[in-house]
Amino acid sequence: MPDQAAAAIGKTDLLRFYRDMLLIRRFEERAGQLYGMGLIAGFCHLYIGQEAVVVGMQACLVEGDQVITGYRDHGHMLACGMESRGVMAELTGRAGGYSRGKGGSMHMFSREKNFFGGHGIVGAQVPIGAGLAFANAYLGKKNVSLAYFGDGAANQGQVYEAFNMAALWKLPVVFIIENNQYAMGTSVARASAETHLHRRGSGFGIPGVEVDGMSVLAVREAGAKAVAHARNGEGPVLLEMKTYRYRGHSMSDPAKYRTREEVDAMREQHDPIEMLRNIILDGGHASEDEFKAIDREIKDIVADAAQFAQDSPEPDPAELWTDVLIETDAR
Amino acid sequence: MAIDILMPALSPTMEEGTLAKWLVKPGDVVKSGQVIAEIETDKATMEVEAVDEGAVLELLVAAGAQGVKVNSIIARLQGEGGAPAPKPAGDGGQKPAPASAPVAPTASTAPALSAARAYGAQFPAGVETAPTTIRDALRDAMAEEMRRDPTVFVMGEEVAEYQGAYKVTRGLLQEFGARRVVDTPITEHGFAGLAVGAAFGGLRPIVEFMTMNFAMQAIDHLINSAAKTLYMSGGQMGCPIVFRGPNAAAARVGAQHSQDFSSWYSHVPGLKVIAPYDAADAKGLLKAAIRDPNPVVFLEHELLYGESFPVPIDADWIVPIGQALVRREGTDVTITAHSRMVGFALKAAEELAQAGISAEVVDLRTLRPLDTATILASVRKTHRLVTAEEGWGQSGIGAEIAARVVAEAFDDLDAPPARVFQKDVPLPYAANLERLSLPQAADIVAAAKAVCYK
Repeated sequence: MPDQAAAAIGKTDLLRFYRDMLLIRRFEERAGQLYGMGLIAGFCHLYIGQEAVVVGMQACLVEGDQVITGYRDHGHMLACGMESRGVMAELTGRAGGYSRGKGGSMHMFSREKNFFGGHGIVGAQVPIGAGLAFANAYLGKKNVSLAYFGDGAANQGQVYEAFNMAALWKLPVVFIIENNQYAMGTSVARASAETHLHRRGSGFGIPGVEVDGMSVLAVREAGAKAVAHARNGEGPVLLEMKTYRYRGHSMSDPAKYRTREEVDAMREQHDPIEMLRNIILDGGHASEDEFKAIDREIKDIVADAAQFAQDSPEPDPAELWTDVLIETDAR
Repeated sequence: MAIDILMPALSPTMEEGTLAKWLVKPGDVVKSGQVIAEIETDKATMEVEAVDEGAVLELLVAAGAQGVKVNSIIARLQGEGGAPAPKPAGDGGQKPAPASAPVAPTASTAPALSAARAYGAQFPAGVETAPTTIRDALRDAMAEEMRRDPTVFVMGEEVAEYQGAYKVTRGLLQEFGARRVVDTPITEHGFAGLAVGAAFGGLRPIVEFMTMNFAMQAIDHLINSAAKTLYMSGGQMGCPIVFRGPNAAAARVGAQHSQDFSSWYSHVPGLKVIAPYDAADAKGLLKAAIRDPNPVVFLEHELLYGESFPVPIDADWIVPIGQALVRREGTDVTITAHSRMVGFALKAAEELAQAGISAEVVDLRTLRPLDTATILASVRKTHRLVTAEEGWGQSGIGAEIAARVVAEAFDDLDAPPARVFQKDVPLPYAANLERLSLPQAADIVAAAKAVCYK
């Protein structure tokens, strides 16, 4: 019933979801372009195709809730409200980046926006995310943390160590598996004995839900329930977002492990942005002109970010030595 | 035929204990497996079960007796073939140590202040001190910091209900409750990551690893999550956390439980690494570590936990991180050491003095940042260097110190530096092989004589 769900959400939020997803899409396309131009180097994992997951989940959060994810993190940062300039300038390794050029694509953070990375070791963000929830509970805050990870990370041992402690101590954390079907080049079926990943918490008594991760409305609905569950002190929830990445694992991935037809079918029939746009138009919530205005706004933001990321200077050589330790008085 | 019942050891390192309670009396017939007594050390209580069957002839150690040596005879049974023959009360027989005359408790092993001078304690004369075991010094440090800062908490395996596998967290659960003294499942990788997340989230975790050997399961979080994130975040993501636990060889526990990780952690920028020797440093440095805004790896030593040293009676006793201490002054050779090897180095210095060699002992105390200035100043005075460590030599602490000294004080050296370290093999179990593998005071003496060409 997307029509009813859309009507219940209302025009303002529907257009915001559209806008936020489009920002991620256009930002990532530009990042891919800059990579091709040699302005971005190293690892660069694009989020194109998965936009509905972070935008839908972010709509469930309140001030102070925390987000942590793995290395495919640009979309999460933009969804958290981090500036596209600072993210793009970090990708180009410039002083204007969120980590002043010292982190790169996989290592960006914002205390202000409660984004805790950006983690390059597969699965390691999951216990850290549980630890953020531990701190919330310890400090008596009503905040929830979201710990995102992929279908590949879902096979890491420490994920289950974190599940166990989170369930044992009823930590306010929502575990979100972004199942984009491929861990680098290995399909879920080739790597996982149990391919229904939302069942992976059942041994710990963690409720698991499979969600259409290409539908921002479905994500938001499932996310709202899960976040409320965690916030009410009832412990963690596991959401399996069935999603899809259009691009390769990273920029250097020719994606030979899947067919062109498979990717095209996803793009044409399940694109999260197009699907929402059609729902909004069909429901009469907004006009083509309003979409055009949003498209123009996003185009300008991304162009500005790309320009900033090229104009921002490289970090000062003195930055090599800063931020290794927090300086203390003789200790 | 009488059967001797001996005082058992609760652990490989136990030498003596308290016979807390007898559960049998002379004349009782005991069965194999029956609990006959309770014994305790400063870290554990255990029931003693009878191995043989028979009637209790006599109890040779009174309930409550302290300092009962392991393997001393505590009771005798009448074995098979003999009728129960309890000794009548008031019997004036030839019992070596009648039950009515308990073994005298051993005097406190804590050295007096004069002895403190002998091992180079760092506080000025006149400071009021109390003899304290390293175990209790560490506990006191945590308790004081937990009283001072409500965001400090301790987590690890068996830290709460069990009171610590080595009883370092004894009493903390009772004072601070389960919210701040958190028993974890046996999941080092997971709880180390969780603690890092808690540190990012505004807390100051103290993570106890039952031994640092098990921290290898978690080392990704110590390095990749805790040590590197401040840098990767351009200074945003401080991680105030202490990872602590016993490091290096215990006694007869085999290769997997006996590794010295000093050089592993000291290799990594973004960490501070501490390895104290005495109780005053254990307390003062652990308090500094807990207050430090950076991730700190705090390497303890199981074989030192029960040793007593004077500790200043001062809740603000803090030892600054990053400062070595000259524990014994000398003029002929500099010996660097950390953790338990400091004791060996001091012993070696005594022996060297007998041989007419004046050795200066530098206790490194902090391995990162390494106090190179103190080492160089000492070598510039003595012109000779011996490094001593419990770990393996390759890429070790001694290798690093030797390289720095050669690079920065080459012209001051009268001999190539010598290194003392563990033999290049996994630690063997057999007592003789284990002893051969680990560096001893005699090895330090030999190395010092060699660099002095004596």
